[in-house]
Amino acid sequence: MYRANILVCCGAECTANNAIQVYNTFEEQIKAYKLEKDVKVLKTSECLELCGNNEGVVVIVYPEGAYYVGVKPEDAKEIVSQHIIKGKIVKRLLKKEKEEAEVKSIEETNFFKKQKRVALKNSGLIDPENIDEYIARDGYQALGKVLTEMKPQDVIDLIKESGLRGRGGGGFPTGLKWEFAKKSQSDKKYVCCNADEGDPGAFMDRSVLEGDPHVLLEAMTIAAYSIGSDQGYIYVRAEYPVAVKRLNIAIEQSRKYGLLGKNILNTGFNFDIDIRLGAGAFVCGEETALMTSIEGKRGEPRPRPPFPAVKGLFGKPTILNNVETYANIPPIILFGAKWFSSMGTEKSKGTKVFALGGKIKNTGLVEIPMGTTLKDVIYDIGGGIPDGKKFKAAQTGGPSGGCIPASLIDIKIDYDNLVSIGSMMGSGGLIVMDEDNCMVDIAKFFLEFTVDESCGKCTPCRIGNKRMYEILDKITKGKAKMEDLDKLEELALYIKENSLCGLGQTAPNPILSTLRYFKDEYIAHIKEKRCPAGVCKQLLRYTILEDKCIGCTRCARNCPTNAISGEVKKPHFIDQEKCIKCGVCMKECKFQAIERK
Amino acid sequence: MINLKINNIPVQAEEGTTILEAARSAGIRIPTLCYLKEINAIGACRICVVEVKGARSLVASCVYPVSEGMEVFTNTEKVQNSRKMTLELILSDHNKDCLSCIRNNKCELQKLSGEYDCKSSKFIGATNNHLPDNSTDYLIRDNSKCILCRRCVAACTKRQEVSVIGANDRGFDTHIGSAFDMELKNVPCVACGQCITVCPTGALTEKDETYKVERAIADGTKHVVVGVAPSVRVGLGEEFGYSIGSNVEGEMITALRMLGFDMVFDVNFTADLTIMEEGHEFLDRLNNGGKLPMITSCSPGWVKYIEHYYPQYLDHLSSCKSPMSMYGAVSKTYYAEKFGLDPKSIYTVAVMPCTAKKFERTRTELSGGGLPDIDAVLTVRELARLIKRKGIMLNNLAKGEFDAPMGIASSAGLIFGATGGVMEAALRTLAEVVDKKELEHLDFNEVRGVKGIKEATYNLGGTDVKVAVASGLNNAKVLMEKIKNGEADYHFIEIMCCPGGCVNGGGMPVQSADVLNNMDIRAERAKAIYSADSQTKIRKSHENPAIKEIYKEYFEKPNSHKAHNILHTTYTKREKYTK
Amino acid sequence: MITLKELSEIKERFIENGKKEQKINIVVGLATCGIAAGAKAVYNRLNEEVKARNLKNVDVKIAGCIGMCRLEPLVEVYVPGESKVTYVNVTEDNAAKIVNDHIVNGNIVTEMLVEKD
Repeated sequence: MYRANILVCCGAECTANNAIQVYNTFEEQIKAYKLEKDVKVLKTSECLELCGNNEGVVVIVYPEGAYYVGVKPEDAKEIVSQHIIKGKIVKRLLKKEKEEAEVKSIEETNFFKKQKRVALKNSGLIDPENIDEYIARDGYQALGKVLTEMKPQDVIDLIKESGLRGRGGGGFPTGLKWEFAKKSQSDKKYVCCNADEGDPGAFMDRSVLEGDPHVLLEAMTIAAYSIGSDQGYIYVRAEYPVAVKRLNIAIEQSRKYGLLGKNILNTGFNFDIDIRLGAGAFVCGEETALMTSIEGKRGEPRPRPPFPAVKGLFGKPTILNNVETYANIPPIILFGAKWFSSMGTEKSKGTKVFALGGKIKNTGLVEIPMGTTLKDVIYDIGGGIPDGKKFKAAQTGGPSGGCIPASLIDIKIDYDNLVSIGSMMGSGGLIVMDEDNCMVDIAKFFLEFTVDESCGKCTPCRIGNKRMYEILDKITKGKAKMEDLDKLEELALYIKENSLCGLGQTAPNPILSTLRYFKDEYIAHIKEKRCPAGVCKQLLRYTILEDKCIGCTRCARNCPTNAISGEVKKPHFIDQEKCIKCGVCMKECKFQAIERK
Repeated sequence: MINLKINNIPVQAEEGTTILEAARSAGIRIPTLCYLKEINAIGACRICVVEVKGARSLVASCVYPVSEGMEVFTNTEKVQNSRKMTLELILSDHNKDCLSCIRNNKCELQKLSGEYDCKSSKFIGATNNHLPDNSTDYLIRDNSKCILCRRCVAACTKRQEVSVIGANDRGFDTHIGSAFDMELKNVPCVACGQCITVCPTGALTEKDETYKVERAIADGTKHVVVGVAPSVRVGLGEEFGYSIGSNVEGEMITALRMLGFDMVFDVNFTADLTIMEEGHEFLDRLNNGGKLPMITSCSPGWVKYIEHYYPQYLDHLSSCKSPMSMYGAVSKTYYAEKFGLDPKSIYTVAVMPCTAKKFERTRTELSGGGLPDIDAVLTVRELARLIKRKGIMLNNLAKGEFDAPMGIASSAGLIFGATGGVMEAALRTLAEVVDKKELEHLDFNEVRGVKGIKEATYNLGGTDVKVAVASGLNNAKVLMEKIKNGEADYHFIEIMCCPGGCVNGGGMPVQSADVLNNMDIRAERAKAIYSADSQTKIRKSHENPAIKEIYKEYFEKPNSHKAHNILHTTYTKREKYTK
Repeated sequence: MITLKELSEIKERFIENGKKEQKINIVVGLATCGIAAGAKAVYNRLNEEVKARNLKNVDVKIAGCIGMCRLEPLVEVYVPGESKVTYVNVTEDNAAKIVNDHIVNGNIVTEMLVEKD
């Protein structure tokens, strides 16, 4: 077994370029260094055919696979002395590709250029399993600053001044929340992190947990210092195994450095964090349900007041923030409230991470300054709608949010603007819909999710949502009457007003917002038994165009319910009573004679 | 004090008071379903919603605390519509077979639906077609009638701390059941029936034995005797419109006779017998280094509880059968012999304030000569149903008297119905037996009252005897943990499974939350018992002439060999979960 | 337990070492989105390639989500003194090309770069 192999091309062209001499030089050099046993010089009788355009002798050195061109006998000496002896590839002799790429890194794309990365600043850049990489990028400096230079109230004042609001849904001012907990007198207080991201299609928090877990630990420790807590819990869904693994590694490393545990950074401050796994219930993202679940009970919300800042986990003052909120804390400490509040709008400061999904070219995670227009997100960052389709609406806030119609595409995204048009920021799911999406179907999709995820504690959410779903189902099947629409609206408003927790109170939002902007679609389903977007299967009608049908009988032969009949070589027709709208006939027809409306 | 306005009426309330309570103090009733004072305040049903000026949405008044300057409106159109909608939604997934429902006319959902003029057909959609759990001998859960108020869960979990039921599944499929939907017979349920007494609808009922009893009475070959537990007489009246705490003993006896029972006996008689046996057992343990503290064994829920949860302490339990089982055993031995009856022909019926007695009846060790001590157990509710079905007008009946010899009782037996009663009855006898002189004061007030745990020390013949009385299994647990940790220096403990004792048993008449939230029915019923006690001539078990006679004629003396065979029993360790 | 001063020392040491070693870093986006698209196999393949070619000055590292989930698996190459290069839709098969063409022979694999948007 040789340590290295030197292949010298001795094909026709190379031979013409003194390949034999080059080969001999290699042989001599290897002998001179007494490397005959380690390095083998090979002559290839066949042309390596890689050189193409007569660039001189081609030499390939393995194991690296370095591809040298135009090698002259004196170059052979250098290759041996540099590459073989010192392991340094002779760059000068490497073959150069001519093409120069226009965009080399992802940062040069429009997708990235309009983003502003604060919460995601380390994601994708550092090794999440190596605390030193985090520290090298100023990790734990904010904690150091807080513990040595600031009083708890200073921290709270700074966060308040920054204008940071909760990134998990409601947008409650974070500093204020901490202040309430600080003011509550108790022998024990808790700092919790909601990492139970459950909105369909949202994965902002997962990204931070998997890419930058230490930022969370650092921020929670800062929070603990400011309210006077010594124990934290991260409630993370068990469906995030990578995140859980990296969090565990991060906690382990942090404890080893004494950045968690007793006497942190030798300041006398104690704080530790434990992980609690959620079993996948959406309602456990609701703060009181999350705490009930951490306590080991069935994850169900509790009435508020008392608020968690007064009586939370195990009946003690508790603060709960989501992952993205925490990820903003260390930068605020390091760069100041002014820096942070310079981004965003009047009442919504900083940035927000969105998970772009649906009918958009660039699906993925984007972090934008608050106040960016929906249009910029969809077209500049998201790359627009694929296949030249028309933008119809965007859904934010997941099952608790609403739809923003195309007419409002210039809206500046911030908490209050979204609420004013019947949607909400939510945790950051942003689903784009085009002309092929049926808005009734979309509302039904989200409601089905809520019906599945309701905890079943309060009557409005448990039974009311089910009844709303049943009405929507009737509408999409063409079986509803106009009075069902009134009942739907009545139920939606009732559930909003009467439910115990946020999940129930916001469950009707997808319905209310689509009713607000797309009522005509509902009416088309009910009155005309027609789905304008062509989505609702039961309302579709397949018909055979007489002028195009040549009577080949292919459709009739393939129809699973024998709904198609007709004589050979004469136009066929479909019995609508028997048709199950499976679409097989349309797929099978070679003459585009079948129309779906 | 906090100042607020409810429906524009100025109201003052203590800090921490809920809107619901504050409203009631101002004479305003807010309807409730899931709320039960002190044990269930979860804001789940949303019937009690009210409008609070400035609030984002309606709030649940049962859990929302008052605050200074608050303005509350309890009856606006919006509130009423909301309540109506809530009820109509509940009705849309409810078994509306009301006419044959055991709670017809007593159902809280039915009552509110009437008040709010609900259309039961407004929302028609999927329903949960739950099948009833019939697995035990004492209780039926029919979730098709359950409204998920979780009052039963609270009774089981917070009050009794037994926690064998909870919510399963979620969303529309949510239902109450045991872990992994195991049948009730396979979980450590103690059969106390507290869940039944707090259920607002007909979802929880005792297993009916009225038809069985009717058939026995109709069977000419059977000699059917009935024995009535102490608390029955102070509860039965509630089913016939009497106020809570009415004693209808005389009318009840007449009704039982009209039902066709051959003999109407008083379980107070065997309560006296229990005092004789248990008192002497205690003295024996005290004087001869037996296991102390000794714990009473009258309450079948408690006995089942210790068998499941503290089986290592079964030797603390008195070996005495309960008064009910003694009544059955004595009926089929002493009584049969004395009157020349074939024990096989005797059919023993017990009327009990208790569902656990239905379980106790099935214990094989409570039998003699191959015959079970007790053949049928009726709760007070079942007796009321039977009386009504037979067209007997309890309210119009003349007072009757129990049959001798097992109808003759001291009032020491009667006070068994209230927590502390067994202890007091035992003390009345022990004091005289040990000190050999008559007691001056018969009222042992330290062990009376609804407090969960009571302690006292009495001097018996120069020895200080420390006693404790607990009712409710949450309190029993406290005492058991003390024993476990070696912190219990008691000699004698009385434990009753149900909070307040048998007067609040799971077989007593059901009172709606409107009553339960505003009155302590345990205290009212107990009052009737102590009032009867104070007016009775014979107040000590050992002075009961029938008791003297039974020892003279049959058992010879307390704890004799014969007494042991017939009046004492054994206990078994029970697994918590089976199959 | 480290002190604040030691924390800064860790930072400086890490940066100093990086400068001294002058290593080429190949970073694979190994978040759930990447893993779902096959990044683990890519990561393994890159490691094998670097080992087989005996490239001592190259580290294959992991990172979280690099951002453009549509184009996963993403691999970024950091050569000291040069600007970063992002490869998209990397597969187990074409991962070796990054090592061969870019790392060893200094030629960026243009067909694996992100398209201009």
